[in-house]
Amino acid sequence: MPDRPTPTAMSSVTASSSILPAPGSRLPDIAFKWLAGMASMLIFLLIFLIGWELYHGSQLAIHQFGASFLWTREWNPVEDQYGALPFIFGTLVSSLLAILIAVPLGVATALFLTELAPLRLRQPVVMVIEMLAAVPSVIFGLWGIFVLIPWLRDHLFVWLKHSLGFLPLFQGPIYGVSMLAAGIIIAIMILPIVTSISREILRSVPNLQREAAYALGATRWEVLRIAVLSYARRGLFGAAILGLGRALGETMAVTMVIGNNPQIAASLFAPGYTLASVIANEFAEATSDLYLNSLFELGLVLLVVTILVNIVARLMLRSMTGSASGKVS
Amino acid sequence: MKKTLALCALAAFSVTAASAQMLINGAGATFPQPLYTKWFDAYQKVDPSVRFNYQGIGSGGGQKQILAETVDFGASDGPMSDENLAKATHKLLHLPTVAGAVAVSYNVEGNPPLNLDGPTLAGIFLGKITKWNDPAIAGQNPGAKLPDIDIVVVHRSDGSGTSFIFTDYLSQVSEDWKAKVGKGTAVSWPVGLGGKGNPGVAGQIKQTPGAIGYVELAYAHQNKLPFASMKNAAGVYIAPTVESVTDALANAKIPDDFRFSMVNSPGAKAYPIAGATWLLVYADQKDHDKGEKLVQFLKWAYSDGEKFAPDLDYAPLPDAVLQRAVERVQTIKY
Repeated sequence: MPDRPTPTAMSSVTASSSILPAPGSRLPDIAFKWLAGMASMLIFLLIFLIGWELYHGSQLAIHQFGASFLWTREWNPVEDQYGALPFIFGTLVSSLLAILIAVPLGVATALFLTELAPLRLRQPVVMVIEMLAAVPSVIFGLWGIFVLIPWLRDHLFVWLKHSLGFLPLFQGPIYGVSMLAAGIIIAIMILPIVTSISREILRSVPNLQREAAYALGATRWEVLRIAVLSYARRGLFGAAILGLGRALGETMAVTMVIGNNPQIAASLFAPGYTLASVIANEFAEATSDLYLNSLFELGLVLLVVTILVNIVARLMLRSMTGSASGKVS
Repeated sequence: MKKTLALCALAAFSVTAASAQMLINGAGATFPQPLYTKWFDAYQKVDPSVRFNYQGIGSGGGQKQILAETVDFGASDGPMSDENLAKATHKLLHLPTVAGAVAVSYNVEGNPPLNLDGPTLAGIFLGKITKWNDPAIAGQNPGAKLPDIDIVVVHRSDGSGTSFIFTDYLSQVSEDWKAKVGKGTAVSWPVGLGGKGNPGVAGQIKQTPGAIGYVELAYAHQNKLPFASMKNAAGVYIAPTVESVTDALANAKIPDDFRFSMVNSPGAKAYPIAGATWLLVYADQKDHDKGEKLVQFLKWAYSDGEKFAPDLDYAPLPDAVLQRAVERVQTIKY
């Protein structure tokens, strides 16, 4: 029965068909189909063109350094020696730090908002979090330099060094600007996207799950852990990956707080450098061809890393929604 | 049909715009941009029939654009390399406009006035001198109270003409620096933190106790940062000022093609860490009208324009150099 249009629906179709062209003229349908198809093809074309242009622009560097570009540590414009490793390292480490900080915070906030918070508190908190997303990157950077970093340098980092100083992660001199400062800034910047996606995913957990768990005598914490979080696990992972995609490309604020030193250091207090930052920093004044080509190749590396991360995220999100809808029906 | 109409409208619009005012495009260095902006603005009153459009995309970009002939003039904080200049299809002129000082600023408790010489500065930036009370620094500053704290080196993270001038100077005064690092708009810094742009470096010096770094003089003034007096080639400690930079220019050896470095200039009153900035213009202008307007502007810039320089912390060219530059402008054919 539900498969067939009800009589009322039928009549509304006939009524509205009077304003459509005469039956048989399928031109608008076909035109729309092609238009929509072309629009979506354009996206593919755009990505392809960006990739091709970057590849084309980095020919000289690819030819000169080959694959060793990816694991060379030296970046010396004076000697025309270029390698991407410190930047790949810096990008991945700062982004991972950001994820490690932002995902627990974001998921906890989302849990609070969907499961625990009183109804009248939810909307204001959501609004404030989403407002974070509207703050321009350079403002975060300035706030980082003038407010966050002095505080980190004088308090948090000193405390970390004092209590966890036996780990190589928290050794060495404290400058303030550092890999860790960058991670914290990026974490704040990706918090809105992680939180709002997590919230959507937690909301998509069917109530049946919760009720079933309560019926088995679970406490509230057990319900959250067994029925909600484990159910939404893959989706939350997808949210983290999407946040990571954002984190990888973040440029301006990171450039202002990471210290911009192409080194690979064990300590999180040491300055680092990211792919996006070095491109932003050095592109305008790059005069030699090999230099410019190497910067293009860094762009290519960044694009590939970002695309890979996004593909993984898509696959995970798709499998998550697939399984969820299966359980709901 | 709509498309044709739109095209017609567009064509009509661009024709009226072109007949009303000639547009001369330039691109390049950001260091002289405040001055150039001032020039173009003031020149509007001198000759309203021409309008200048300048994009501060960096010296590298400026060189690329003028080589590709997508702009009418380029601007660069460093002279073009032989390799890049060889890419020009016809003769490209370097025209120096003004010079600027790079100040060595620091953040030490009490901010005592400091004297430094080249080798000490190189030692600090090489990471060999790591404490503020190091004898190399204390020896030159007998009265100053220097703390026993680590020196935090701050340098530019973005490629810049300021870095070029600074590393050019260090290469001149320290063999060690020349061998290990060299000069360039971006180099492989042995130690230190990178700040983005002059504001980034100035901010980091201000924020970090024990920091030392280099910024354009104007930024040191704006941020009320102290700056060191540098020992020049004549052995005198000189503070960066508009006058001491002009003096450095007057004593610098300037070859016929104007591609010169003025760091460590001889002359008792010359400040050693300074550099000029250039406009890049083709000796044969393709477009007669544009070429004529450009030459008129350049003549104006060298006569009236130079007067705007000191207020913006740029050093105007000394008379002898000015004379030579004007003569070069007069050779431009259009």
